[in-house]
Amino acid sequence: MLNLDSAFSALADPTRRAILARLAQGEATVTELAEPFEMTQPAISQHLKVLEDAGLIARRVDGTKRPRRLVEGGIEAMDQWLAMVRKALQGNYHRLDEVLAAMEPVKPKETR
Amino acid sequence: MSKMTLKTEGDTHVVVERRFAAPPEALYRAHTEPKLIQKWMLGPEGWTMPVCISDAQPGGKIRYEWTHANGGGFHLTGEYLELEPCRRIVHVQRMYLPDPTPDNHIETRFDPDGAGTLMTMRMTLPDAQTRAAMLASGMERGMEASYVRLEGVV
Repeated sequence: MLNLDSAFSALADPTRRAILARLAQGEATVTELAEPFEMTQPAISQHLKVLEDAGLIARRVDGTKRPRRLVEGGIEAMDQWLAMVRKALQGNYHRLDEVLAAMEPVKPKETR
Repeated sequence: MSKMTLKTEGDTHVVVERRFAAPPEALYRAHTEPKLIQKWMLGPEGWTMPVCISDAQPGGKIRYEWTHANGGGFHLTGEYLELEPCRRIVHVQRMYLPDPTPDNHIETRFDPDGAGTLMTMRMTLPDAQTRAAMLASGMERGMEASYVRLEGVV
């Protein structure tokens, strides 16, 4: 289950964003994920845990490996949330349009 | 004309842009005069702002209190830092939910744009974590209804 609060925090870190970008191309093991970063596996595992707790990625058991993948709909849900934030702000600005229109008596315009 | 953009910039900024038909002077007034602020800075349906203090001078206090029709409410406090009449407002604010959120430093510019105004609001949060928390909490309270709807979808 996606936790929006932890999901946004999880995305605040560049390494975790890079991990998500990598996983967007398909499943990967911890070793594969650690490769592009100059980081130890435990450090990467810590990042993976944050992403997992946020509900953005999941793991699968494959013998001794635990490949990670993106949870379907996770990133989309965050987008949807931002869309709602935008909508609330837009509501404010629609009201502001009306307030501004009421403030300003219509001035005679120059003839064109 | 009324298209709004909201985007993140770097690790700690959020930038909102919006065009208005009114001139910068009107926008400036609508952002600093309590009687005008109370008419529009309300967020989602059902919220009102019974208390609005806005002492528009450097060091002047800001206090907005919102209440919802079903009870419940929250408030923010802040201080004005710089004011260039009709052009630019710099202030700092924090919300009480009920604990104070870290300070959000906000520069709001009103630039002439044809007969109207291009408003640019640039928020700076102390760190990436705080910005994430602010975006996740919807930047304003009272979005619980939407949140519940979203949880139904996810």
